[in-house]
Amino acid sequence: MILVVAEHAGGKLGKSTLEMVTAARDSGREGPITLLVLGQDVAAVATEAAAVADQVLVGDLPALAQYNPEVWAAAVTQIAREGEASTVLIGGSRSGREYAPRVAVKLDAPYLEDVIKLSAEGDALQAQRYTFLARVTETVQASGPVIVATVKPGSFAPAAPAGAAGEQYDIELDLPTSRTEITGKSVEKSSRVALSEAEIIVTGGRGVGSPENFAQYVEGLADNIGAGVGATRAVVDAGWRPYAEQVGQTGKTVQPKAYIALGVSGAVQHLSGMGKSKNIIAINKDAEAPIFKVADYGIVGDVNQIVPALIAASKK
Amino acid sequence: MKILTLVRQVPDAEARVKVSGDRVDLDGTTLVIDGMDEYGVEEALRLREGGANVEDIVALAVGPKKVEDALRTALAMGVDRAIHIETDERLDAVSLSKIVAQVAQAEGTSLILLGGQEADWDSQALGAASAERLGWPQLTWTNELSADGDTLTGRHDVDDGNEGFKVSLPAVITAQQGLNEPRYPTLPNIMKAKKKELRKDELGSYDVQPGVQYLGAEIQTRARLNRMIDGKDPQAAAEQLLDLLRNEAKVLA
Repeated sequence: MILVVAEHAGGKLGKSTLEMVTAARDSGREGPITLLVLGQDVAAVATEAAAVADQVLVGDLPALAQYNPEVWAAAVTQIAREGEASTVLIGGSRSGREYAPRVAVKLDAPYLEDVIKLSAEGDALQAQRYTFLARVTETVQASGPVIVATVKPGSFAPAAPAGAAGEQYDIELDLPTSRTEITGKSVEKSSRVALSEAEIIVTGGRGVGSPENFAQYVEGLADNIGAGVGATRAVVDAGWRPYAEQVGQTGKTVQPKAYIALGVSGAVQHLSGMGKSKNIIAINKDAEAPIFKVADYGIVGDVNQIVPALIAASKK
Repeated sequence: MKILTLVRQVPDAEARVKVSGDRVDLDGTTLVIDGMDEYGVEEALRLREGGANVEDIVALAVGPKKVEDALRTALAMGVDRAIHIETDERLDAVSLSKIVAQVAQAEGTSLILLGGQEADWDSQALGAASAERLGWPQLTWTNELSADGDTLTGRHDVDDGNEGFKVSLPAVITAQQGLNEPRYPTLPNIMKAKKKELRKDELGSYDVQPGVQYLGAEIQTRARLNRMIDGKDPQAAAEQLLDLLRNEAKVLA
């Protein structure tokens, strides 16, 4: 079977799960597509999952209420072994890329990380992935009775429901106790659309001028056009914005339909996080800013003058 | 405690990356210690300076001869000694973790520090895979850390925010921006570092095979429209941009 570990939050199946189902269908690997849903009170998620999978395995346990890398790795490994999985697909989220290597080691399986394309080549699985700050696309290959891969969010189209819903089965899991004690959690809530799901992102850099300008122009434009808000590392380091908004090598990787960069110079570390966006729009008063080299539409000008006009005009 | 820090060498972020044949060609490229690993090295030094009982800090690198330079940087920053496993073979992170685990065991390491993501592989797997090989817990994307005896407390980023943690050694910690500000090696320390031990090991003495084959590499730059709008009249520029986004790119309703 092809085992896909469902990603979900707030009682809803994540878009990344549907993307992984497409990756599984594309991969040409053998066996039914099996979604594994881990968590507590996940009945609704399991029903959503059944619409796109041949079967759904449900681990609904209090011990799975909180994600933990050791616990998740043990659960996924157990099911991969029992089901003799040929392929294990895990989301390329921060948590997915954290426990997937542990699954690969436990299964003594090769690991393909953060892949953007998958295809079967005989017994092997061939993949493409970005390297060197997303400046290079590499083709890699692994073979073996079982292969573990994480799938980069946004790289595959979300799967549509396939005919009849898959059967759901409750599973028993033998879980370890985590050795890490979590002493407090702070969830970064935003009323805006999450960066990973946003179709449009408005990002501000140091060129915006001040935290007040950021709120007025970057947030103002984002709210007007229903976009998510991003920030560069310089802006986060300066304390203007929370880390959760940072886009780039040390922040989030995004590929929205439109990425609007305001006062962003375009350092390579930033480009590695947003360079795959479908359309890049840049406004910066420095005509030499590297962001213009990757922009589809660019305006050389002052953010403080152009963005208010943009906000006003987009209201019409 | 004994700390093992992992050091990789990557192109300077501003350096041009080129591909020849089926792989990235680093000849003539300026190479530096991976910035994220540097946070790990710095944190090992700060744990010691902060009063934790740190007996030994070792830097480990696996790679070609020139990786020595990155190890010299770590030595000049203040690590006690270095181990270089010299090879031109390219090992994926999960395979490489086998070496890390063997070295950690041989050295009696109880804490491994490394970067959260390697800037050459764009991979986050080395810390997690090493932790699993050793049967240790791992905390990734850590931006706050302190030690009290054998207990580490800190904060790290997770999918939907961040959380405080407490863990007993042994453990693997991956570092990131915000954890610290790495120091620059001073000239006296660079001189002192020349006398520190830099041991060379053979890859052959470790039981490791690559699990992933590298078939090709391409620099794919997406062709961008590069359509520039005159910004002298902000009003006209804004309207022209909106028109293009609505009617040409079709990204706005």
